[in-house]
Amino acid sequence: MATVTAGRQAPDGADAAAAREDGRTASFNATVAADERIEPRDWMPDAYRDSLVRQMAQHAHSEIIGMQPEANWITRAPSLRRKAILMAKVQDEAGHGLYLYSAAETLGTSRAELLDKLHAGRQRYSSIFNYPTLTWADVGAIGWLVDGAAITNQVPLCRCSYGPYARAMVRICKEESFHQRQGYELLLTLSRGTPAQHAMAQDAVDRWWWPSLMMFGPPDDESAHSAQSMAWKIKRHSNDELRQRFVDICVPQAEALGLTLPDPDLRWNDARGRHDFGPIDWTEFQEVLRGNGPCNDQRLAQRRRAHEEGAWVRDAAAAYATKHAPHPPGEDPSPSGAGTVADTPTTPAPDTEATA
Amino acid sequence: MAGALALGDDALVLSHRLGEWAGHAPVLEEEVALANIALDLLGQARVLLSLVGDEDALAYLREERAFRNTQLVEQENGDFARTVARQLYFSVYQRLLYERLAAGRSEFRALAAKAVKEVAYHQDHAEQWTLRLGDGTGESHRRMREGLDGLWKFTGELLQPVEGVDVDWQSLGEDWLATVTDVLERATLPLPTGPRSGAWTAGAGRQGLHTEPFGRMIAEMQHLHRSHPGASW
Repeated sequence: MATVTAGRQAPDGADAAAAREDGRTASFNATVAADERIEPRDWMPDAYRDSLVRQMAQHAHSEIIGMQPEANWITRAPSLRRKAILMAKVQDEAGHGLYLYSAAETLGTSRAELLDKLHAGRQRYSSIFNYPTLTWADVGAIGWLVDGAAITNQVPLCRCSYGPYARAMVRICKEESFHQRQGYELLLTLSRGTPAQHAMAQDAVDRWWWPSLMMFGPPDDESAHSAQSMAWKIKRHSNDELRQRFVDICVPQAEALGLTLPDPDLRWNDARGRHDFGPIDWTEFQEVLRGNGPCNDQRLAQRRRAHEEGAWVRDAAAAYATKHAPHPPGEDPSPSGAGTVADTPTTPAPDTEATA
Repeated sequence: MAGALALGDDALVLSHRLGEWAGHAPVLEEEVALANIALDLLGQARVLLSLVGDEDALAYLREERAFRNTQLVEQENGDFARTVARQLYFSVYQRLLYERLAAGRSEFRALAAKAVKEVAYHQDHAEQWTLRLGDGTGESHRRMREGLDGLWKFTGELLQPVEGVDVDWQSLGEDWLATVTDVLERATLPLPTGPRSGAWTAGAGRQGLHTEPFGRMIAEMQHLHRSHPGASW
């Protein structure tokens, strides 16, 4: 049996294995260097796989946790049109979570395992979702700034070296761009509305601006994973480069909105051809990452509660699927547990090429 | 207009209740499905209320006694089984109603023709979950039964004729009972017993007589809109 002999090969086995390993590494490196895609069945370094699982899981978790601050306003949306837009957006986020968990599953993990890690606090989600939505205008500020920052981060991921991730991002970025425009339009309506509405919009931008800049992660000289991720072409630009790009995009948009950005040091730098901006409070960022942000406890508690309170529903679906399987349980070729709702793979992202 | 208001309020209120599930569903697929159904219903509500007047004025500026939805749709979500039971009762009703309206000549014909496809999907979703929960585990069977039993008394009102909605209510009621009975049989669940209406539930919601949780629901729904009179959003 292959599994028995694998460890006890012919006398020259070690050399042959090493040569094979070198060949696979060379092939992997060549694929990445040529800007081609690594696909699920291709060989890849373990560290590449681990790094992708970590990043994709965090990304998926962010979509799921990110439903909460916005869902907080669904029942209070001030017009039926806005309510429909917000519901559709939160629904899209659940869908994005599904794509991303499916994409992560191509690397040999499972959604259930990733969710367990999220619930145990062993995998992260974006720090931004630990801030509260205190007014209706926050829904607009999230659309404009948070989705805007996410898009700035994610568009380069459409060219990520790992195929399933890149393809998921193509779909996600299209929908995110739509949400971002809707958020901007919401803020514009408030800004041009009554004085109270304008003040509400300004207050929301004041509270969401700095946390949005933190979404790009720590400064380049403190970013643990950046260099390796860039070498593997998982990442294409540094944190600071993307952050700068985002600031440059937002400044004219804020002017068009008739709102100010809460940074006295923000000004155009002619020499650099970019905007200078003030220092980010990295202490706050670290505290939020450590679990000490305004909503960390409540976000995770709600996620755990939804999962725990839904356990009997998932159990029922699994029991029903077993009872109504095409074969009697004893002859069922699939492993036990297959066919549960939670384990059913969703339709993978279509095999479209990234164009971004 | 009374008919459009009644049907529009049903869709508006149930959509709101389903919207409360966002972020709380048992699996991600249900986050998508429940939001999807809520959105369909909200779309129907907007069309129907617009037949009566300004959709936002109607949704946000009427008080409890002026709403014409049935008491069934305003019931709190409870656990997932109770939500499924409410959805089964309502979706079967809505599908049968819209099928009839789509075949008729009333002002509702165009809306019903479009919406009947949506509500057929809603019914299928509720049916599939009724089967899974009824014929799943002991606990899910018990919960599904509780959900169905607890809401049974609101089903009589659902099948009362609505002023301005010209369909054969007698046959609609018979078809509703036959469909629900069939689904419950397949789900190994008994048809609930007990009265389907009483002094307070026979047509009460349609007359603006609601249950206590409803006032709190619309307080939450309306507070922001009411805090900024005359503002646009």
